[in-house]
Amino acid sequence: MSIAQQILTCSRFACRSVPINSRRRFCTSQHIMMSRHTHTKRIEGLDQNVWVAFTSLAADPSVVNLGQGFPDIPPPSYIKEGLAKAASEDRMNQYTRGFGHPSLVKALSQVYGKVYGRQIDPFKEILVTVGGYGSLFSTMQALVEEGDEVIIIEPFFDCYVPMVRMAGAKPVFIPLRLKPGKKTITSADWFLDPDELSSKFNSKTKAIIINTPNNPIGKIFTRDELQMIADLCIKHDTLCFSDEVYEWLVYKGHQHIKIATLPGMWDRTITISSAGKTFSVTGWKLGWSIGPEHLTKHLQTVMQNTLYTCATPLQEAVAQGLVLNYELMGQPECYFTSLAEELEVKRDRLATILQEAGMTPVIPEGGYFMLVDVTSLNLDLSHITDDEAYDYKFVKWMIKEKKLAAIPVTAFVGDESKKQFEKYIRFCFIKQDSTLEAAGNILKNWAKS
Amino acid sequence: MGVIKNLAASLIVIRQSSFRNNHKIIMSRRLHARRTDGVDKNVWVEFTQLAADYKAVNLGQGFPDFSPPQFIQDAFCKAISGGPQMHQYTRGFGHPPLVKNLAKFFSRIVGHDIDPLEDILVTVGAYQALFCAFQALVDEGDEVIIVEPFFDCYQPMVVMAGGKAVYVPLRPREGSTVLSSGDWILSAEELASKITSRTKAIVINTPNNPLGKVYKTEELQMIADLCIRHNLLCISDEVYEWLTYDGAKHVKIASLPGMWERTVTIGSAGKTFSATGWKVGWVISSGHLIKHMKTIHQNSIYHCATAAQEAVAHGFEREYEMFGNPESYFKQLPAMLHHKRKKLASCLQSVGLQPIMPEGGYFMITDISSVKVNLNDQSNTDEPFDFRFVKWLIKEKGLATIPVSAFYSPEHRKEFDKYIRFCFVKEDSTLDAAEDILRKWSQQE
Repeated sequence: MSIAQQILTCSRFACRSVPINSRRRFCTSQHIMMSRHTHTKRIEGLDQNVWVAFTSLAADPSVVNLGQGFPDIPPPSYIKEGLAKAASEDRMNQYTRGFGHPSLVKALSQVYGKVYGRQIDPFKEILVTVGGYGSLFSTMQALVEEGDEVIIIEPFFDCYVPMVRMAGAKPVFIPLRLKPGKKTITSADWFLDPDELSSKFNSKTKAIIINTPNNPIGKIFTRDELQMIADLCIKHDTLCFSDEVYEWLVYKGHQHIKIATLPGMWDRTITISSAGKTFSVTGWKLGWSIGPEHLTKHLQTVMQNTLYTCATPLQEAVAQGLVLNYELMGQPECYFTSLAEELEVKRDRLATILQEAGMTPVIPEGGYFMLVDVTSLNLDLSHITDDEAYDYKFVKWMIKEKKLAAIPVTAFVGDESKKQFEKYIRFCFIKQDSTLEAAGNILKNWAKS
Repeated sequence: MGVIKNLAASLIVIRQSSFRNNHKIIMSRRLHARRTDGVDKNVWVEFTQLAADYKAVNLGQGFPDFSPPQFIQDAFCKAISGGPQMHQYTRGFGHPPLVKNLAKFFSRIVGHDIDPLEDILVTVGAYQALFCAFQALVDEGDEVIIVEPFFDCYQPMVVMAGGKAVYVPLRPREGSTVLSSGDWILSAEELASKITSRTKAIVINTPNNPLGKVYKTEELQMIADLCIRHNLLCISDEVYEWLTYDGAKHVKIASLPGMWERTVTIGSAGKTFSATGWKVGWVISSGHLIKHMKTIHQNSIYHCATAAQEAVAHGFEREYEMFGNPESYFKQLPAMLHHKRKKLASCLQSVGLQPIMPEGGYFMITDISSVKVNLNDQSNTDEPFDFRFVKWLIKEKGLATIPVSAFYSPEHRKEFDKYIRFCFVKEDSTLDAAEDILRKWSQQE
């Protein structure tokens, strides 16, 4: 092909495919460039995201939003004041220690030292990250790679799967199963089958991820259940990544237990927490990983090669909030307990609202979400031909027609379990009473029609 | 043979069971992922700790020891006491007011209509912007050309992405007295010779850290020509974009013809508004590249802190109105730093050191080869000279700087181990304290 012909083909291609930027002097074929500059293999198939899809749908101010998990109740005033105060200090506006602001890691060491009943080294056994998300990411990048398998319990917080896959590993699923025949269902009625769980472990299993209290079901794993998981971890020499961001949101009659405190587990567990969930400040994006030095040091390596350090004034404010509540631990004014009490009332209110509307809620033992079975509403959505699970169609329909937002639960399960969970949707109840009542009105009218 | 095998097997059982009984299991398998191999050392972790331990006068790490401007602090306070949504999740790819203001502000400069939702990603500092760029665009086996000296994180990030770093150095111009960063140039032939069929991208930093070089239009055009000819991406780290001195002009390579669609431009609120502790940065690029960085971002940290983004949004709104005005912070900051740069240079010259005047940025490097000192360190004679010198300077003289060979590839580190880097973005009192230390030292000689 002569040069003239090449240029002609090139420019024809460019003309048809994209509007010509008049500033271009060279004939650059957008087509050739895009095929050369595609994404890396590590993000193959990871571009979809339930939050990106549903947050914009629910953003319409006329929609009552019980979807994404963030409070519309204010955080404690001292936490905001702490941030304002920190921001007014010169050095608090500049870089701090990469692995965690000293006053924060010291405060964490204090609080968690008490909770774990062991000395936790603030500099070697703690890493401060950008939210619980950042902790999960640092953990995966540090400890998981191609050839590894990671066991994930369904339903799971949706980011676990893309993070495992981005690390090059294979997710292996095991669903929580519902004990049949109960009239009022709670999250405690969902259990792991011991034989089924055991069958998922093999020599390639690098880690199991657990989330307790669980999002979206609200299950709090019992000591026996955690022991069963621990026994398998020890037997198969596997790590445990324990996502405990809702650790303080535990309702009456239940107790949050840290798997890292079980015998043999400290050395193989990374525990993940969140300031956003602890202090109702999800927009601060601070979290932390706690674990033994021989694991934490690899998370620190990832940190120093990804974003290096977290925001200073935010860390200072969280440190102060922790110190304040450490003094109050065990007392009713402690935010770690008072928030749970406040939420228990909302939990019960939402459950009642849902039951009155003819739905079957799964009463959570912890966390701030409630799963609801919508089968009894008998909503026929067969006219919607999109290739989506029932719950996705249901939620989109509900947002559009009823102006009420929730999150479809099949976003939290693997393909093989979709049928098992597609009649469930997830509501978030860390909302103002007025928001819950508004939802109640919508559901009441719906039940009538 | 059987006896030995049995013995070995028994020993393993004994070892395992005694571990279990003591509950001190250290896993027998390899723990960390291969991607973390060889990227565990970090000059900042090492030297920041040392400076803190010895309470040194700190001209090391690059952050201001003066406060951010009042208007930005006010904006942050306003955000903090704003509605409840200021403390909850915002849009993952960037708080709407911030991306809108960034698009408005930079469209004017780049000469391209920047789409706030498609062409911008907000990140946790420029650091995370770099991470997203490498992870999204560099695959196993890809080669990435890095111009030396370079901000140290580029190399481990390329390695962590499975790529191979290929280096091309800035060299002092033949026959010049090498007194300015402008005297350090990139050879077009040398750069072209490094390009192979595996080359994916070239990383440039202008104004440059640590040298302070501000690439001229012709130099950027040379790089652009190669990018276009060989269909390369360009990652342009421009965190110090407002800090140019003596009439040097910052030019955005993305504004050159044919470059918008292949350039990833990185910026930093920390450096722009002297608030490094806020960790707000951004990437601006063509949507088809940004979308891949969004995928990395949504699967790694997903959101950035809301209130800080809100404050930076206000900062850019103000600067948009003030642009070109003497009250613009983007004029005031370089003017203030111009004076500090001069002050530090005189101080270094007065004690017989040879600084290289930076055309831009936060830093000044100085040749220390004329310094005669007994470092007295039995420990690490394996370490490059400048590393050992900087440690000595912290411990013995209480002055913290950064060794420049940290900004060179492992292959070239030994060649460039006679320079140290000073940060002059400090209060005059800090610069005075440094001057005292240096004067006393030179008087002792």
